[in-house]
Amino acid sequence: MLMIHAWHQAQGNKRHKVLIPDTAHGTNPATAALCGYEVVPIASDGVLSAEAVAAAMDNDVAALMVTNPNTLGLFESNIREICELVHSRGGLVYCDGANLNALLGICRPGDLGIDVMHFNLHKTFATPHGGGGPGAGPVGVTAELEPFLPLPIIVKEGETYRLDSDRPESVGRLRAFASQFGILIRAHAYVLSMGAQGLKKATELAVLNANYVRARLEGSYHLPYKERSLHEVIFSDIDLPNNCHTLDVAKRLLDYGFHPPTIYFPLVVQGALMIEPTETESQLALDEFCDALLAIAEEAKTHPELLHQAPVNARTRRLDETLAARKPKLRWVRREA
Amino acid sequence: MRYLPHSDQEISSMLELIGVEKIEDLFSGIPADCRLTRSLDLGAPLAEADLQRHLQLLAAANQVDDSWSRFLGGGYYDHHIPAAIDHLISRSEFYTAYTPYQPEISQGTLQAIFEFQTLICQLTGMEVANASLYDGASACAEAVLMALRCGRKRSKVLLSRGLHPGYRELVATYVRYLGVELMEVPLTADGRTDCTAVERLLDAEVAALVTGYPNYLGVVEDIETLAGLAHASGARMLVAVAEPLALGLYRSPGELGADIVIGEGQSFGLPLSYGGPGVGFMAVKQKDMRSLPGRLVGETVDGDGQCGYVLTLATREQHIRREKATSNICSNQGICAVVVSIYLALLGKNGLPQLARDNYSRASWLAGEIAALSGFSLPFSAPIFNEFVVSCPQPSSEILQRLEQEQILAGIDLTADYPEIKNGLLICVTEQNDRKQLDSLVAALKGGAA
Repeated sequence: MLMIHAWHQAQGNKRHKVLIPDTAHGTNPATAALCGYEVVPIASDGVLSAEAVAAAMDNDVAALMVTNPNTLGLFESNIREICELVHSRGGLVYCDGANLNALLGICRPGDLGIDVMHFNLHKTFATPHGGGGPGAGPVGVTAELEPFLPLPIIVKEGETYRLDSDRPESVGRLRAFASQFGILIRAHAYVLSMGAQGLKKATELAVLNANYVRARLEGSYHLPYKERSLHEVIFSDIDLPNNCHTLDVAKRLLDYGFHPPTIYFPLVVQGALMIEPTETESQLALDEFCDALLAIAEEAKTHPELLHQAPVNARTRRLDETLAARKPKLRWVRREA
Repeated sequence: MRYLPHSDQEISSMLELIGVEKIEDLFSGIPADCRLTRSLDLGAPLAEADLQRHLQLLAAANQVDDSWSRFLGGGYYDHHIPAAIDHLISRSEFYTAYTPYQPEISQGTLQAIFEFQTLICQLTGMEVANASLYDGASACAEAVLMALRCGRKRSKVLLSRGLHPGYRELVATYVRYLGVELMEVPLTADGRTDCTAVERLLDAEVAALVTGYPNYLGVVEDIETLAGLAHASGARMLVAVAEPLALGLYRSPGELGADIVIGEGQSFGLPLSYGGPGVGFMAVKQKDMRSLPGRLVGETVDGDGQCGYVLTLATREQHIRREKATSNICSNQGICAVVVSIYLALLGKNGLPQLARDNYSRASWLAGEIAALSGFSLPFSAPIFNEFVVSCPQPSSEILQRLEQEQILAGIDLTADYPEIKNGLLICVTEQNDRKQLDSLVAALKGGAA
C-alpha cells in the first residue's frame, strides 16, 4: 500500500481513500490506515459486483484492496471487469495473497489486472507455522510499480548478483536486514521440489478436499453461500438448536481429537465456521473429521450439554477469555511470601 | 514431489460424492477469461537429493564460513547457540503448530510465549511485553507509531543520530504518509546523544525521543538524563536495544526511565541467517498496556479453576478494530520468541551477566590493543559493551579489503553512515572470537600500518 501511495504521489495525484469489500482479509483496513488512507467499506453479496465498485469509485480513491478467492472461499468472478473499472478511474488494485493456494496453476493474479499482491509463504508455500510465526510476506508488483519496491533489491549483472539500494523512487526499507531470509529459502525449496505440476496438483487437491467436506456436511450445517467453493467452505451456526454456537462446536471438536477450524471469521457470516482442509489431508482423515462434525450436530439436538461443557478431553477445560481481557495478567510475578 | 496423499481411487470416490465428474469442474466458478491456458513457467520438480545439492552449491558460493574471523556486529550478533535449542524447537509441537487460537490444546506455545513476555520484562525492567514483532527495526517503528498515538496531537519525533541507521530508515518508511516530522539529534564528542540539542529540540509537539542502548556506535547512552528531559516536556522516552546481551551488564532501560523499550532478540539463540528471521520485542509500562501493538498472551483460569494461558486483549487488534487497530501486524515471530525463552532459561540469571562480562572484557581488551597501534585511535570516551569505533589511519574500506585476504572480516565501514568520523570502523567482539582471533586482528591491523 506504501507503493501505491508512492505511485500516486509520483503521478501528482492526491487521493485519500481505499475501498475494501467486506469479504477481504481482516488486516486490510489497518494496513490502509497505516499508509495514511481513509477506509471505505463496500458491501458484497458473497461475490463483489462491478456495480458496487463503480458506485464507490471516484477521483479520491487510490486503490481497491481485494482478497481473491475471498474469505468466503469464492472466486471474485468479476475481477477482470472490476480491475478495468478501477484502472479507468485512475486507481490501482491490491490483492491480498492469503488464499493464493486456491489458484496455483489455475490463474495468475497479474493476468487478471492486479497491480500489487503479497504472498503468505506459510499459507501457500509450506513454510512452518511455528505456533504463529515467523511468517514472511514478499510482494509482487507490475512493471509500472517496480521503481517503488522496498529497498534493497537484488539485481543480476552478467553472472553476478548485487544488492541495489540506489533507487530514488523506492518507498524505503521495511526491515533493517534481509528480512525473513531463512523463511524465503524454505519457500523457494518447496517451489523447486513441487514444480509447475506439483503446485497445480496441490491446488486441485486443496479444492477437492474443501468441496468434499462441503458435500458431506451440507444439510447438517447451514451453508450461507451456495456458489462453488474453492479451497475453503464456510458454514454458519444459525441452524444449530438448543443455544449451541460455533464456539461450542469448536470446543467439542477438541474432544474428538481435531484441531477446530477458524471460527467467527469472516464477519459477514454469523457464527462462521471456516473449514480449510488444504491438500495434505487424506480422504480417511476428512471422513473422520466430518463424522465428528456430524456427530456434534446430532449431539446439539439430543445432548446440547456435551457441547456447552466441552472440552472435557483437552489439556484444560474451557479457558475464561473474558477474565483474561478484563484483568490482564501478562507476565509471571513472584508471589509475595 | 511433496506430501499429496490422495490415491486416484480416492479422488474418484470423492468426486462422485461431490457430484462432479472431473477435478476441473470444481473450478467452474472461475470465468474462462481468467484461466491460465498453459502450465506455470517453472522447471520440472526437483527430487530431494537434487534440491539439496542445488542449495548446497548456492550456499557454497558464499565465501565467508566459520573458518573466518568475524568482527561484525551493527545490530546482528554472532553468538554461540546452545545445542539444546535446535533440538527443542524442532519438536513438531513447536515447529509446525498452528497459531494458538484454540488455547485448550495450545498450552505449550502459549506458556512459552508467556515466559518470553516475562523474560523480556525482567531484562528490560519494564512491566508489560508483547509476544514479539518482526525484528528490532520494525519494533522501533511500531514504538514510534505507538508514541504518536499516545501523544495525541503531538506530531514530531526526535531520533538520535546514534540510533541504528537501519532503524532510522524504517521509522521514516513507516511514517512517510502520516504527516510526522522526524528530527535528528546530533551526538557529542564522546559518542552519546547530545543532551543540549535534545533540550533545544524538545517542545510540546514532540511525542518521542528515540535512542539506542548501546547505540549503533557501541556507546552506552545516558538514558536517565535523556528520559528526564523527555518527560519534562511530556514526550515518551523510547530506548532501542539492538544487542540485548548488554542488559546482562548495564542497568535496564526501565530502571532508567524508559517508557517504551524495543529491541532485537537475535542475540539470544538465533542464527545470523543472512539477517533473518530475527525477533523484535517491545515492552512498556502498565499505563500504556492497551496501546501496545501485536499479540499478547495472558494468564487465566479454566472451568475448574485451573491456571492456563490464552491470546488476549484482541480488541486492540485489526480483526476487531479494523482500521482503528493499534497495528496491522497479525502474527508474531512465534518460534523465534520460543528460541529466546529457551536461550535465556538455559543461561539463567547467573549465566547471562557472566556472558555479558565476558563479551565486555574481550571488547575492552581489544579496544586497548588497537588504540595502542600507531595511527589508530578510539574517537569516543563513553563506556562501551561489546562493540566500539576505531578511527583508522587509512580509509576503512582499504583496511577491510586487505584483511579479507587473511580471512578476517574486521568490522563495519562507517564512512557512508558517519562521514564525520575519520576512517571509522565499527568492531564487535563476542565469545565467538577467541584470543587467537583477537591477536591475529591486532597483528593484521599493525602489519598494514607499518
